[in-house]
Formats: sequence, C-alpha cells, structure tokens
Amino acid sequence: MSSLWPELERVLGEVQKPARYIGCEDGMIIPEHRPDKAAWLLIYPDTYEVGLPNQGLQILYEIINERPDAVAERSYAPWTDMAGVLRRTGLPLFSVDTHRAAGEFDILAFNLSSELVYTNLLECLDLSGVPLHTAGRRPEDPLVIIGGHCAYNPEPLADFIDAAVLGDGEEVASEISEVVAAWKASGRTSRDGILRELARIEGVYVPSMYEAEFDGDRLISLTPRLPGIPEVVEKRTVADLATWPYPKNQLVPLTEVVHDRLNVEVFRGCTRGCRFCQAGMITRPVRERPADQVRTMVTEGLRRTGYDEVALTSLSTADFSGIEKVVATAVADDVCGQVSVSLPSLRVDAFTVGIAAEIQKARRTGLTFAPEAGSWRLRQVINKMINEEDLYGAVGSAFSQGWRRAKLYFLTGLPTETDEDTLAILELARKCIDVGREHHRSPSVTISLGGFVPKPFTPFQWFGQNTETELRRKIGLLRDGLRSGGKTFNGVKLKWHDARASVVEGLFSRGDRRLGAVIEDVWRNGGVFQEWSEHFDVSLWENALARNGLSLDWYVYRHRTHDEVLPWDHLSAGLHKDFLWQDWRDALDEVGLEDCRWTPCYDCGACTGYGIEHIVASAVPPAGGSQGTGQGPGNNAVPVSLSTGPRVPAGAGS
Amino acid sequence: MRLRVRFSKTGKVRFVGHRDVARIWERSLRKASLSVAYSEGFSPRPKLSFGLALSTGYESNAEYLEIELLEPADDSIWGVVEAEAMCARIDASLPAGFDVMAVAPADRRADSLQQAVTSCTWEILVDPAGADEVAAGVESLLSRNEIVVERERKGKVVTEDIRHQVLALDVTGETDDGVRLTADLGTQPRALRPDEMLAAMDPPLLARSVCRMNQWMSQGDDRIEPLSVDAAPAPLAKVRA
Repeated sequence: MSSLWPELERVLGEVQKPARYIGCEDGMIIPEHRPDKAAWLLIYPDTYEVGLPNQGLQILYEIINERPDAVAERSYAPWTDMAGVLRRTGLPLFSVDTHRAAGEFDILAFNLSSELVYTNLLECLDLSGVPLHTAGRRPEDPLVIIGGHCAYNPEPLADFIDAAVLGDGEEVASEISEVVAAWKASGRTSRDGILRELARIEGVYVPSMYEAEFDGDRLISLTPRLPGIPEVVEKRTVADLATWPYPKNQLVPLTEVVHDRLNVEVFRGCTRGCRFCQAGMITRPVRERPADQVRTMVTEGLRRTGYDEVALTSLSTADFSGIEKVVATAVADDVCGQVSVSLPSLRVDAFTVGIAAEIQKARRTGLTFAPEAGSWRLRQVINKMINEEDLYGAVGSAFSQGWRRAKLYFLTGLPTETDEDTLAILELARKCIDVGREHHRSPSVTISLGGFVPKPFTPFQWFGQNTETELRRKIGLLRDGLRSGGKTFNGVKLKWHDARASVVEGLFSRGDRRLGAVIEDVWRNGGVFQEWSEHFDVSLWENALARNGLSLDWYVYRHRTHDEVLPWDHLSAGLHKDFLWQDWRDALDEVGLEDCRWTPCYDCGACTGYGIEHIVASAVPPAGGSQGTGQGPGNNAVPVSLSTGPRVPAGAGS
Repeated sequence: MRLRVRFSKTGKVRFVGHRDVARIWERSLRKASLSVAYSEGFSPRPKLSFGLALSTGYESNAEYLEIELLEPADDSIWGVVEAEAMCARIDASLPAGFDVMAVAPADRRADSLQQAVTSCTWEILVDPAGADEVAAGVESLLSRNEIVVERERKGKVVTEDIRHQVLALDVTGETDDGVRLTADLGTQPRALRPDEMLAAMDPPLLARSVCRMNQWMSQGDDRIEPLSVDAAPAPLAKVRA
C-alpha cells in the first residue's frame, strides 16, 4: 500500500516524455485511502496527452473524491517504451496521482471513446496484474468497469469487463461507490455477490449475468441468467446540467496535451438528428447549462488555471441559446490578458462564422465546417440539411474576415451514396474556392474524408458498411478527379482517413461477444495503440478473425434485417427501435426530420421514456440557422417546455 | 522594466522538459496577473527569455528567466518590499515543485544569460560503488590531458575534447544512497552535461540524481551569480547531513 515513485523515478530517465507519468497537475487530488472507501482508478486507455483533457474522466474524478465513501485516482495507457520498462522491472501499472499500483484499487474504470483502443484495455489489465478474463478473477481482484460511448455496445468486451455503465456518469458513480464501499468494508467476500448488486443499479450492465444464444452465426437472444437481473438495461441521464457544474477544478497539466485549454461544457445532447451520428442519438435530450453558470465557469476557470484559451464544448455549440452573449462576456472579461474562445463544433452558416470572428481575434488561420455529404440529395438521406447557400455564405464570411483556409469534413460510404454524390464533394470545394477568390488571391480548401462506420442506436445501425475496397475506390475517385481537373481545382487539397482503420472500427462498433477472442489474439500478437497510425496493423486483425473463424463480411459489410436480434437490443439509450427503423426508412426515402427542440415531439423515446425533457432557454432556433430544422422563422409555435423557473444555485468554481 | 527571476525545480517536476517549463511560466504569470509585455504580430507571445536549458530529469536550484513587464515601467520605485511581494506573488502561481528564490531588476543592455554564463556547479549523486572507487575515477579523469568524446550536435555525431570544460570535480560526500560528486562544468560554447562527463569516466558512472546548484558569470578574475541567494537550501542538503 505504498507509492511506487522511488522505483519509477529510477527508470523514468529511460522513456520518452517522462512528464506523462508524474502527475503533479494543478487540480490534482491526493486522496486518503481507507478500508471503508471504494478506491477507483479512472483509466483512459490512450496516451496521457490524449486522455488527460477528457472531461468525462475529470468530472468523475472530482465527484468521487468529494464523497466520504470513495476515492479516485487516474491512469493512462503507458506508451510502448514505458510498458517495456514496466515488464522488464516487474513494476505494475500505477496511478499518476500517488503512484499506487493499479492492483490495489477496488475498481478499474475505463473510459472508452474509440473501438481501436480495446487492445489497450487488455494491455492495461495485464500490466496491472489483473486476470484478463472476468471468469478468472478472484474476490481480491479489482472490478473492471467501462463507460463512455463505446459502452453502448460492450459485447465485444464481454469476456474482459465486469460491468459497463451506460450514459451520464455523474449519479451512477455515486451509487456504484456505495455498493462497492460496503462490499469492501465487509471483507470483499463473494465476487458473484457484488456483481449481482451492481447489475441491479440502473444503467449498469453486467455481461456475465447474461446468456448469449447463437444459431450458427446468428444471435438469437441475450437474456439474464438469473431472476432479478433486468432484461433491458437503461442508460442514465442527468436531468439538469445546472446541478453538475463540473469539473470545478479542471486539471492543468505540466506537459502539453491535446485541447490544452479551459473547456466548459455548455450543453449536453443534440437533436439535430444527423442519422450517422451516434453521439447525437444517445445523449438526448438537449440540456443547456444556464448562461450565468457558463459565464462563472469561464471566468473562474481562466483565473484559476492561467489559460488564455477557453473552448465552449458540446455538439453543435452554436445552437446554445444566446451563444453571442455568452461569448461576448467571456471575451470581455479577460481576467488573464488576451483570451481567445473556441467553438470546436461549428455550424455551417454565416451567423456562426460571425461569432467565430468575434471571438478569434488572434491566430485566424483556418476554420472547419462539416457538410458531411457532397450532394443535397445525400444530405437529406443523412438529415444534415445544409443547403449550398449556407455553406457558401459561411465560407465567404470566413474568407472575408481574414481566414485563409477552410477545412470541409465529409463522410464517404454513406447509405445510398452514388459516385455522383461522391464527386459532388469536389464541386462544392471548387465553388468554395471561387467564393474565396473574391477575398484572397490564393484561398485554400481542404477536403477531409472519413469512412462512414455505422453505429448502434442510430438509424443506420442496419446498414452494411462499405467494404475497404469500395472506400478506397471512392477515395481514389476524388483523388483522380482532383488530379485530372488540373487548374480547375487549384487550392483544393484532399486528406483521407485510413479505410482499413474504418473497417476495424466497424467490426467492433456492431460486434458481438464472440469478438473477445479476436481482441485478445491481436493484443497477444503485440497489437496495442491501434488508433495510432504508426502502430495500426490491419493484418493483425485479419489474421485474428481468420484464426477464430469469423469474417468481416458477416460483421461489417452485411446489411442487417428488421427482425434480426442486435447485440445491443438488451441495452437502451431510450430510443424506440421503431423510431430508429422509421428514421432509417425515411433516410432511404430522402425525407428529413426536424429538430425537436424547437418543433413538436416525434417521440423518439429519449425524453418520454425517462420522464425528462429538453432544457433549452430559447423557444426559437438561433438566428440565421434553420439548418436541419427545415423550418422558417415564422414557425415559432414551439411546444418545448422551457426551464424558466428558479434553478439550483450554480456553485461553479466554489 | 525587465525582471530577472531565479527559481528552483525539484522533485517529480524534474521530469518536465524545457519547452513545457516555458509554457508553465506563461500560464503562471497570467495567473499572477502580472502585466507582461507581449510581442507584436500575428500571434503575440509574452516576452520571456530563459537562460541555459536544463536537461529533463535534472533538478535545479539555479534556473533563471527574465520577464519584460509593462508595469512598473521602470525600477525607480523598486526596493526590498517590492521584491518580496513580487517573489510571493509569482511563487503562489507556480505549480508545486517550482519555487521562486529571488527576483531583481535586470539590465536590458547586458548580455543575455545564455551568453553571460560561463560555468555551472552541479551536485551529482552516483550509485553506491564505493567512495574510493569513485575517487580513483575522478582522479584519473582529471589527470588526462584530453577527454575526447562523441557528442550529438544538431543531429550529427561530432568528436570533441571536453577536458577544458571540466573545471573542477570532487567527491564531496558518501551516504547509503550513493556517493556525491560536486562538479564545475563549462558552458561555452556549449554546456557540458554531467551525464556526458560521467560517461567519459573509467569505469563510466551513472547518475541517480543531478542538481544544478549555481550558474556563474565571469567578472574579472572572479565569478558571480546572476542572482545570489543567501543560504539557499539545497535539495541534497539532507544527504550532506
């Protein structure tokens, strides 16, 4: 029960970027471990630089440490050089806060935001000295829990995890702490007992308590093995963000990390209804943070951290009611000198660019927009209803206000996509250049192309993903078009995501528990940090599939049928399966769906099922942005319930 | 006015690299609400200049930086009270492991610290190999007329004689943790690092910990510190006791 620092200190000189492993961040908590406190190790299974800024992890870190019956520390996946040193010296994975061995914690809680990190989870377990398989763990071994968006289909990890937590973690983390603290205080007797208790907490799924039945390759059912275990596990949703002004003390790392700035979450959830977007589907309804609380969190946060940049985070941030005012006060209240505000998720319209111009006084280099599809037809299919005028307005506004580069995000491999749709991307980019020429001699537009990966709990969950060959062909189509167009496309650049990585993501996105063997096989053959292009190796995955008699055709490329049992049917994000199916049919019919935060409810289930509702301060869509709502400014009779009543005091920064 | 700051870097934060230390300073000065001057141009940066870089993993009792302040505009009102207040204000904003030891107005016309500093005093703890053995190695090193080593310079390997940069080297203590060496190493035209010197010894030694105790500027036949600290507590003081 002691710090491994003296041993670690001796070997840190041998590894790259040793500051990854020292902790010492401003905001770090040194908790007091006790036999009656549940000890959580919150692990982000990617490098420190990627994991440290994760807001979900930081929120839980604070909430758990505020409890009298629990403590939390943090850990990140050690880079391959450090993993080598740990194995050579026999040292285990450790927390960065007090450098305590991972095996001394009661709970190892992994935040999973990408399928490609699954092998890193195994690597972390192995380095912790924890048996890889749930079945092999003893009462004295830590409980292995996952959360984050990947938890919505945890089946591929069923062999390795004791529990998956669905949805917002703020409340459920406390409920888990209570149960585990009591179990620990009683001497940690039966592992089966604690798992059964966890399974009774709403939002907690314990895969080992469920039987998966197959008929050949086909999943027939996934049902509880025991009475008292819920047939369907519902996600957790925090009703009102105002009661959770976290993180209050955002961690300020000593070494450079991604998103190295103050981050303030302004709302959670999005009902734009983009059909490819899992985040928008599973985080409903929209819950805005009160504007006053946002301002307090920004001001206090800047003062405390010394950052000169703050990001207002959410999906489609410009949809926040009264965004201009919030942004204006944030910029005006520059307690720490020159503060710049960034909106990582911009909407495609001139209004949004106007805000961006307001806040990005300095470093005006590039702006990013996400039309997602090249043609209007295909944008109707995916319900991303940006018309071309919106895009040219946005790009024109950007180029006229000093930006010189625009980046356009597109997906390829979308349902019903034709080569005409794909090639329309080039045409859009060319016209953006034309718009830019009115303001600059040499404007630049970068097309960034990602392969579409269908996700659970979206209308596209039944769609057979494009094959690697098909994705490559489409990328090639654009590349050739760009080349043969010669001067026509001056200023247009093309970048694309590795199609092979999209295929592996697709494998696990909708996979079932038979894939556990594949993850283990890849890990045993050295496949870690697969989300890093320098480490990604598709042959590891192909070989592992072959060895286990499984195929990409079955898991990735096949269209699923209406009556098929999906590996996540026993889990619920609140969305009615009927709603998703209808939305899928609407997609194929090229019919758009309005944003329900400003229009009548179409009963997707996310509100009605849980007795919660949107918390949106403005009854009307933001100025200039009817995008995706399909409604004009006259259509204002919106039966959205507004939270105008008194709120719980903000308490941000207190 | 231009402010010269001497600070220490000890404990776990010794693994934070030089560039990250610069970023930590920028944030800390904003936290301290000092009116730091910014550069002009497209992306303005605070006007800070750092002295000699410290290798990642080394501790120090003698790091320096200079800060260009808008207020006070000059040092006419500067005195002991102002210095102490400034020390406390900056120190409170720095992360644990970094401590302000002294501040004073600096002369804008003087050479930069990187040019002015000619040598550093280091305390080096090497693994317990026996004080006698270490002493013999030291003696043998100092008796050599030249010490030719291979050093990496801008990505290329070059051979250099480092003998003239080893100005002094003594065994200054022995404890259960190891043998302590004190070395004065030259910094011009390029600083000799303690681990480079240890690697050149016969047999080569490995440092368990290294701490920069002083940086020195030449003044006539004398040497002076850019900012001296009376009775600065050394992190290795406990070893000495």
